[in-house]
Order: sequence, then structure tokens, then C-alpha cells
Amino acid sequence: MFMPSVSALLKAHGTPPKEVYLDHENSGWVPPEVVEAMLPYFNERGYGHPSITNKPGWEALEVVESTAETVAATLSVDPSQIHFVHSGTEANNLAILGSMMALKRKGKIIVSDIEHYSVLLPALSLEDAGFRVVRAPVDEEGFVDIDVIRELVDSETVLVSVQAVNHEIGTVQRLKEIVEVVKDRNPDVIFHTDACDAYGKVPLKAEEIGVDLMTLSSHKILGPKGVGVLWVSEGVRVEPILKGALSSQSLWPGVENVPALAGFRKAVELAFQDGLSRVSSLRDRLINGILDGVPDTQLNGPSGEMRAPDNVNISFLHVEGEALTVELSLRGVYVSSGSACTSRVLEPSHVMLAIGKDYEAAHGSLLFKLTRYHSEGDVDYVVDQVIESVGRLREISPLGKG
Amino acid sequence: MSTRVPLPYTPTVLELFRNPKNMGKMENPDASAQAGSPACGDVISIYLRIAREGDEDVIEEAKFESYGCAANIAAASILTEMVKGRSLRDAWEIGWEDVAERLGGLPPVKRHCSILAVGGLRRAIRHYYEGSRPEWLPEDLTAVEKQALEEEEMIDRFYGGRIGGE
Repeated sequence: MFMPSVSALLKAHGTPPKEVYLDHENSGWVPPEVVEAMLPYFNERGYGHPSITNKPGWEALEVVESTAETVAATLSVDPSQIHFVHSGTEANNLAILGSMMALKRKGKIIVSDIEHYSVLLPALSLEDAGFRVVRAPVDEEGFVDIDVIRELVDSETVLVSVQAVNHEIGTVQRLKEIVEVVKDRNPDVIFHTDACDAYGKVPLKAEEIGVDLMTLSSHKILGPKGVGVLWVSEGVRVEPILKGALSSQSLWPGVENVPALAGFRKAVELAFQDGLSRVSSLRDRLINGILDGVPDTQLNGPSGEMRAPDNVNISFLHVEGEALTVELSLRGVYVSSGSACTSRVLEPSHVMLAIGKDYEAAHGSLLFKLTRYHSEGDVDYVVDQVIESVGRLREISPLGKG
Repeated sequence: MSTRVPLPYTPTVLELFRNPKNMGKMENPDASAQAGSPACGDVISIYLRIAREGDEDVIEEAKFESYGCAANIAAASILTEMVKGRSLRDAWEIGWEDVAERLGGLPPVKRHCSILAVGGLRRAIRHYYEGSRPEWLPEDLTAVEKQALEEEEMIDRFYGGRIGGE
């Protein structure tokens, strides 16, 4: 029986002299201002229930409402259309399953081939309920083929879900164009977009783009984990997928996580006050530093303006990505990989394979996500550590030696 | 990304990953083999230097190369330590469980790393005796060898070369 001791592992790992966290895809470092904004709501004020008639309850309600207003303002939508759930994953499930439950009929669902699992898997689960799910292909940079979408959408189509920005390779979809094509073919189609990686990073006015449902996630903008948002356009029906006592939220039962909402509100304010231009220059510094410093590398996803400003995804041939994440961790650089070796099944990232990468490139891919809290010094440190790490693992590897 | 599972490696795995023993290609080995495939993200090369001592063929030196995860590197490294000074007949008896045990245990999804290492060793031993199989060496592939072979064929079998398509 394998009884691992994580504390022994951490002791053996030790704390590197310099640490740079770049795994904001999977979980986030939270800025102190955000944590500070949360603290009063545990035991100073607003610790009540937002639907109960007492002062701490009304204080809680004030947080819920003002957070909805803050988010709504950034999307140029009405605050009553902002629905809080407990994660981006939950919001995506609610969008797909809840909108289809409310529809009371079956039909065709179209999702892009590189959607997050929290869109792909609920969509595929509806096949058992009689829906037909079609995965729309993408090109080698992750862009959805608009002509294929035009062909796929028909009178049977009930739902289309295409990400605003891909979570792994940073592709910024031409969403407005895609929505126009879909609605032109069939105006009754519900269009959902998972905007977790777009929010606070690229322009995102929900109604201007023309979508019906939009998912946001707190931890993707340096807010606390535990808050997701589903924006629901006027007239679009969604049923709650969790059953229980509803409170301030008509689509989610249970006690609202008010401290997390207060943190999310602060994170939104900070994300929209700073702008992200500095991050895209850090992104390009990191990309160029690695591509120039390490031979046999490939940038995954597009370059320039059609790439998310925080996203760097690079494949290192002849080395395996999980080993690279461990090697970099020992050097204080924290990233993730699209390798199969980090996953439950022997299957590398479906995004990498959908953009036509071969297995070796998929196994050797690393994902870095920058924030406005990183400096040029951090990026240069990361580049140096990546060069050394790839060099060491290539020495161990039998591949690529001619 | 994909569906993930926690991987709490043991300090032994981490130490061998950090400072692998017997790492690198051997020039003119007496026996060698590779197991795994780049498509699976797992390749182990085993190199053996063998000397005749009395009635036995004894491993004087063993080296490895690995394209794979931290567990893969650690498994290959510890196996080369385990076989040194042992006869081929004796080394043949090393099971993947023995390798996992020497590593302080492996997470269940990483057991294939020790299977691949042992599979590679046995393949090298078979190469050494090609055409002159001693009695103790089974004619048929053992379970571990089959599993290593299966992993090499797995990608094609499961996914037909592509995942995520229509």
C-alpha cells in the first residue's frame, strides 16, 4: 500500500532562494490587497446571510449586490444578469446543462474542439439525454474555422459554446464574427462563451459581442478561488442544476460565499484599473527569451495581438513536460504541463492534439501565465532556469541525439 | 488542462530525479535495449557491461537514459543501481514491485514507470542471449515485458494516433 507523505516530499524539496509562480492557469496567487478586502467579512461585518432580515445579513447582501454591480459595469451589462456560483467550472456546467434543461427539447450542440473540460464534458454528458454533440475543429493556432461553424449550424442546433480565449494556448477567438455567423444561420441558438481567460485581459462587452451566456472565474483574475460568474442575457432561460434553498441567487442554492465575493470585487477593481499592456510586453520577453535560448522549441498558439497578453505556451522537444515542471519547481519556477504524465489517463492535452501537435510536442509543453505582479527580473530569472532545466533533462534523454 | 491526479512523490524519487545515478549513454555496451515510445511520453534506454565470472554472466556496470517524468527517471536510475554486481539470471528476477519499493512507493498511475524500466532491462538481457538462450530465461515474454510492449502500442490502440478529433 502506497502511503505517501507530502510533508516529507516538501521537506526534501526545500524552498528555493527565488520563487516565481506562473501557474495561474490552475490556481492563483492572491494579492495581499485582495486578501485584506476579504478579511472583515469573516467576523467583523457581513458575516450574516444575505436573505435574512438582520444587520449582518443586509451587510452581506450589500457585498453580493455591489460585487454584481462592479462586474456588470466591466461588461456593460445589467447587474441583475450577473449570477454567482462557486467556480468557473460550475458556471460552465450551469450554462450548458441549465440552459438545455430549460429548453425542454433536444437538438444539436456545437462546441469547439479546444474547450475547457468543464464545457466539453457537460456537453458530452447530454448525449445520453438525446442531444447530439459536434466538436468544431480549430486550425494550428487554435482559431475556430468560421466556415465550418456556418456549415454546422442548422435548424436543429440549440447551443453553441466557443471560448473567448483559450486557457492553454491563449488564442483570442474572433468571437463577434462567430456569433454573427451562428445567429445569422439560426437566431434561436443559445450562444455561450467561456470567458474565464478573456476577462480583464481582452475587451469583453457581452452584448456588443452578441453572446447569450458568459462564464467568468475569480481565480483567473487573481481573485480568491470559490467564485464563478454566469452572465445570462435578457430573455435567455437557465434552470439551476443544484437544488436547494435559493437566496439572493436565482440559479444557485446555498449560502453565498460573501468573503470570497468581497475578494473577487477587489480583484475586478484592480484588474480593470491597471490595464494589461505591461503584461503583453513581459509575455513577449518570456517567449523570445526561451525561443532564442533553447533550441528545438515551438511556440504553441498565435503570436501578437491575437494571443492573450498573459499566456506563454512552449513545447520543448526531446524532454517530457512533467519532469520539466518538477525540475523547474526545484529551482523555484512554478508552471504546469500538457503532458500525459500529469494526468489520470495516458492522454496529453486535448488542446495540443486539436491544433495538430504530435504527441512528443504535446508531452513536452509548458504553460506559463504572467500577471501584472511579475517583473522583467522575474521573467529573466525564469528564462535562465528554463534554459538550464531543459539542458539538464536533454542530457538524460535518449531522444534528439541523432 | 487534462484531468489531473495528485502526485505526491517520495523523497527518494525526488532525490534520484535531482541527482540520478548511472545516467548517460554507454559506449559499446555488451547489451542494451530501449522500451517505451515518445508518443507515450516514456522512453527508457538500458545499457549493460557484462563480464563472465565462473558460470555466471555478471553485470559490472549499468547505465540509463530516460525521456519521461520524474518517476520514470528515478525508476531507471534505481534499477541500474540494483543490478550492479548481480548475475543476469539474478537481475532477471527483479520485479517492478521491487523497483517501486526501493523508491519508497510510486503513485498508482506511475507504476508503469517501474514496469517500463524492468521491461527494458529484460529486453536487454534477451538481446544479450539472442541465439543462445539459457535454460532459466523463459522463452515466452513475461507479464512485465508484455506490459512494456503494450504501452508502446497503446496510443495507436486507444486513439488511432489522434485524440480530440471528430
